[in-house]
Amino acid sequence: MTASGGGWLGQSIERVEDANLLTGRGRYIDDLAVRTGTLHAAILRSPHAHARIRSIDVAAARTAPGVGAVLTGAEVTALSSSLAVGVRAPIQSWPIAVDRVRYVGEPIAVVVATDRYLAEDALELIEVEYEPLPALVDPRDALASTELFLHDGLKSNVASDRSFRYGDPEAAFAKAARKISVSIHYPRNSCTPIETYGVVAEYDANEDAYDVLANFMGPFTMHPVMARSLKVPGNRFRLRTPPDSGGSFGVKQGVFPYIVLMALAARVAGKPVKWVEDRLEHLAASVSATNRMTTLDAAVESDGRVVALAWDQVEDVGAHIRAPEPATLYRMQGNLTGAYAIRHVAVRNRVVLTNKTPTGLNRGFGGPQVYYALERLMQRVAVELNLDPLEVIRRNLVPAGAFPYRTATGGLLDSGNYQQAVDTAVQDGGLAELQARRDQARAEGRLYGIGLTAAVEPSVSNMGYVTAVLTPEERRKAGPKNGAQATATIAVDPSGSVTVHIASAPQGQGHRTVAAQIVADALGLKPSDVRVVTDLDTARDAWSIASGNYSSRFAAAVGGAVHLAAMQIKGKLARGAAAQLNVPTDEIEFANGKIGAKGNPDNAIAFGRLAAASHWSPGVVPDGAQALRETVFWSPPQLEAPGDLDETNSSLCHGFIFDFCGVEVDRVTGALRIDKYVTMHDCGTILHPGMVAGQVTGGFAHALGAAVYEEFAYAPDGAFLSGTFADYLLPTTMEVPAPVILHMESPSPFTPLGAKGVGEGNCMSTPVCIANAVADALGLDAIDLPLTPGKLAQFTHPKEQES
Amino acid sequence: MPRLTADRHHRVRFTLNGRPVEGDAEPRMLLTDFLRHVLGQTGTHVGCEHGVCGACTVEIDGAPARACLMLAVQADGMTLRTVEGLAPEPGRLSVLQDAFRRHHALQCGFCTPGILMSLDIYLRGHASPTEAEVRDFLSGHLCRCTGYVPVVAAALDAAAKLREAAGDA
Repeated sequence: MTASGGGWLGQSIERVEDANLLTGRGRYIDDLAVRTGTLHAAILRSPHAHARIRSIDVAAARTAPGVGAVLTGAEVTALSSSLAVGVRAPIQSWPIAVDRVRYVGEPIAVVVATDRYLAEDALELIEVEYEPLPALVDPRDALASTELFLHDGLKSNVASDRSFRYGDPEAAFAKAARKISVSIHYPRNSCTPIETYGVVAEYDANEDAYDVLANFMGPFTMHPVMARSLKVPGNRFRLRTPPDSGGSFGVKQGVFPYIVLMALAARVAGKPVKWVEDRLEHLAASVSATNRMTTLDAAVESDGRVVALAWDQVEDVGAHIRAPEPATLYRMQGNLTGAYAIRHVAVRNRVVLTNKTPTGLNRGFGGPQVYYALERLMQRVAVELNLDPLEVIRRNLVPAGAFPYRTATGGLLDSGNYQQAVDTAVQDGGLAELQARRDQARAEGRLYGIGLTAAVEPSVSNMGYVTAVLTPEERRKAGPKNGAQATATIAVDPSGSVTVHIASAPQGQGHRTVAAQIVADALGLKPSDVRVVTDLDTARDAWSIASGNYSSRFAAAVGGAVHLAAMQIKGKLARGAAAQLNVPTDEIEFANGKIGAKGNPDNAIAFGRLAAASHWSPGVVPDGAQALRETVFWSPPQLEAPGDLDETNSSLCHGFIFDFCGVEVDRVTGALRIDKYVTMHDCGTILHPGMVAGQVTGGFAHALGAAVYEEFAYAPDGAFLSGTFADYLLPTTMEVPAPVILHMESPSPFTPLGAKGVGEGNCMSTPVCIANAVADALGLDAIDLPLTPGKLAQFTHPKEQES
Repeated sequence: MPRLTADRHHRVRFTLNGRPVEGDAEPRMLLTDFLRHVLGQTGTHVGCEHGVCGACTVEIDGAPARACLMLAVQADGMTLRTVEGLAPEPGRLSVLQDAFRRHHALQCGFCTPGILMSLDIYLRGHASPTEAEVRDFLSGHLCRCTGYVPVVAAALDAAAKLREAAGDA
């Protein structure tokens, strides 16, 4: 595999990350050496979903062997302030229970000791006296409650209630031929990375400064949140990430309350403190996607065209509003009309608190909940009007040639040709053959169904979208929030070799490889000539609030910033080369490791020799062309703050997805079998086909788990029922089929390389695609996830006769 | 089995990747913690500590075993292999590891050492597995990144390459 003058992008080159990971030489947080004398933390957690804490007796634990310190809510509230809450409501959010526990697994006390075994021994010696309170588990009960409130400052359990109106939805509903509705309850789940949370924290009393290493993934909007909670300016809260991280999928955003907690533990103990979460802690109390109750109404013409939508969403964020929540509810604000040209939209968004684990980032982030309602609705439109579901989708798609297309709610769909993508998928994916297979199966008396889904996949989040939870007046007072700063730094060292740093905090996606491809293309080098560093140190590296690895922003935003930084240093190198080679700058080319005059291979200098010149002989480099180190910050201008009419361009890029699948339900057991799954993606320019396939296949597996197997389930009293991997079932090799993946490429005009995000799409499209197929197979009007055999068997077996 | 005392450290000796190793462990110390934190062999990962995820799988006396379900003292006198012992030499990958790299059969790499250990043992005894057999065998490993498709492809490819090499020999 060679590429002389660029051309590395678009190739599935082997990943530079892999050799170390395959030989046991990864550097994950628990693999790194810590300072001598570091203590190890263990956390006592609440067995109750809701209770007042009458007393905590830690005296015996404090004097237990090896124990260095014990922290409870008393120490935490004395040394820090509440974590910032993203809504205007009189509520606090602490990383440990203060006076009350509000979910099973909430931290009560932290013990630090010379090793983890001794710390866990000491936990057993802590005596807590609880006064149990009734638990509010179902969001409907929390909404209805007039006497029992999770947070005393609120006189209800509703932390936010906002209504939006775009276009003229009332008139559209009044005029439309039909109103068609769905009501759904999207369950809780999580992408559960195989590596759990880890934190190593240290406090310097002389400088009043914290230094923390954590497998945090961003967004670094959390950095000022944590610094403020620790009552230090940002420059006294140094946050670092390890070189490797064992998966995240959004989940490791949720480590941030534990970063604060361990920073305080280190301060109290006077020694560095290390904490590695165990799996039971992770399942019960790390973070969860939101569960959501949605009623979605559509005003529909008799030909299946949807002219208006009315969303009523009740978002269950659990016991605390952890920043950046209620972002899950607002991440899709700009694309609430999906892939469709629907001009009138009404929205009511409520955020409700319940006695469950607080929610946060999770792959798909708001997309699964929104598309489950929207695409169930589109299927119902087809069924109720007796139309072909594919035809209903086609009639509503945003027209080709309309891009960039401003949606009713303020999103700006950057590029695409949805009709062509659908046609290609129907053809190349073999929909007609699948329909014949369904007919055959049904003729044999089997329960077989086909589901379809169209979706736009948002990526590169606008840092301002969550302020749509505030009223325009509240936003004016708070000041505008917008944009999404991506950054990359490229440096040339005295030997003339190139190093790149990016603040993308990867957790296994292969960012180092793709960044090297980008730079190799720009500078006429090989990817192996370029080294890329991705561990992040907020005290030394370029970063901003949007840094991190979420909203599928790497290829579109960070990759673009890498390209811009490379072009910036290239421009300077070209000027230096022009002076040395005696040709105009625009006749300089970079190829095959050389910088030379176009069309004259003899008039060239080795890249490394010229690149080192600014170190060894700056005097001969033209003014302003010193090529040493370039840092680029890039924020797309399209990501404006929400407007006075609440129009919200929540994301920069919008890929297109069209999925269809055939499923069969076993009449006897209710078990679901995926016969065939086809997924068409338009994610703009593809930088590394192998990694795109990895993102699609991995996202599909997550979505299949969410659709069929996984649920964070709670008993009516708030007891957590999914506390081990034997209870919370992840799909294995036996359950995940290979999806048929199709592509087309409509480059984004808004990103430097034309790329869009692709990491989350199937988490949005696949659960509802499978549910639509099951609804088709069983003739159901309504069905909620997960589609377990037990649930489906209710529909495949006739009701038992009472004797 | 020697008699052990709960709060005392005991000397544990075994063969790890062809070399004798030893260290002190309380009877309650898990084999995973001993490998990682006493011996400094951090390639074996801890994903669940209750025997479901398979990330900590190592080879003990020729068979795959979950190091999180075993005490360090139980390994005394045995022969262990871990992911650090798979590559033929530094800077080179085994046939199986190389197949994983070519097929993009890993992303974060956290579950990968366990999968590699299981497959390395399996392919020694099953030279020509079918896809269904590989899927059945790997069902004891959880991976959240890849969706398993490239893992299965890499395993089948490695099996073919190993057969080829055996035929050539």
